[in-house]
Amino acid sequence: MTPEVLAALQAARAAKRPVALLTRLSDGAQRLWPDMDLPGPLAEAARTALRDDAAQNASLEGEAWFVHPHNPPLRLIVVGAVHIAQALVPMAQTVGFAVTVVDPRRAWATADRFPGITLIHEWTDDAMAALAPDSRTAVVTLTHDPKLDDPALDVALKSEAFYVGALGSRRTHAKRLARLTEAGHGEAAMARIHAPVGLNIEAVTAPEIALSILAEVVAARRGAALATRAVPAQAAAAA
Amino acid sequence: MSDAGMSDAEDILATAAGWRAAGETVALATVVETWGSSPRPAGSRLAVSASGKLAGSVSGGCIEGAVADAARQTMQSGTPQLLDFGISDERAWEVGLACGGKLKVFVEKLS
Repeated sequence: MTPEVLAALQAARAAKRPVALLTRLSDGAQRLWPDMDLPGPLAEAARTALRDDAAQNASLEGEAWFVHPHNPPLRLIVVGAVHIAQALVPMAQTVGFAVTVVDPRRAWATADRFPGITLIHEWTDDAMAALAPDSRTAVVTLTHDPKLDDPALDVALKSEAFYVGALGSRRTHAKRLARLTEAGHGEAAMARIHAPVGLNIEAVTAPEIALSILAEVVAARRGAALATRAVPAQAAAAA
Repeated sequence: MSDAGMSDAEDILATAAGWRAAGETVALATVVETWGSSPRPAGSRLAVSASGKLAGSVSGGCIEGAVADAARQTMQSGTPQLLDFGISDERAWEVGLACGGKLKVFVEKLS
């Protein structure tokens, strides 16, 4: 890899811009896409690799090329700078997520409690609108306070976030669904909410709950059956 | 196929670039194709420095030694290599690809 290719690749990653690295396996010649114009079949393979986040093998004029996608990290937005968040944030970083914590309560969302983490102190609807969750974003609400959680869930459910989870008991969630229904959300949208949040591993402590949440986020990301939930009876009743 | 985007939480490329910037000679190995039960998906990386530093992985550990040897050759020659590991490969028998999978690994020098 030449210093030029390495620098361009690093710059794209620093700017959180998707880029594919293409390598001709016979001699190691390399190209970057979309930075460089490429022959149709290679550009197509690069587009597919970035879209599916999966490496591709392509061939052009009898030569084998390896097409290596470099997408920006998945994002995790944590609403609520609570005790569970303090356990969840470093775990999620280890798994590879770029993490943002949203909480207008400045006493909770402090650099002391979340060293090195992007903290947003706006009201949760404004913060979520600015963060604009996309299909590579997971959203978890942990405040336990409808004034903070509901506006965040409202934005999350209108987005393509691949995971939306909300802390709270079944009873709390049934009331939440009633409020979200009033706010105009349909059954399909509300069925996207993973609540009570996390895989059922009988978690008790904050780190255990964080682990169950992160495991469910990964399951959703990977399409594992564990991430699929039946719509609870309460939800059906509330809807 | 699994993606390497999320599984590689560690940024091996950044680590390798850091070594290079510090004046080390560095080679990068990348899984480019897998068949069967290979433990690491295409795109997985192992960085090797001339001083013996290792970061990342291209398998569950069974071929890392052979790949690191090839990386040292590539550091000296500057010529990339395409390594083929599988049960039909005699060298793979030697290094023991216990997982039973097959994979190809591309090795290049950071020039």
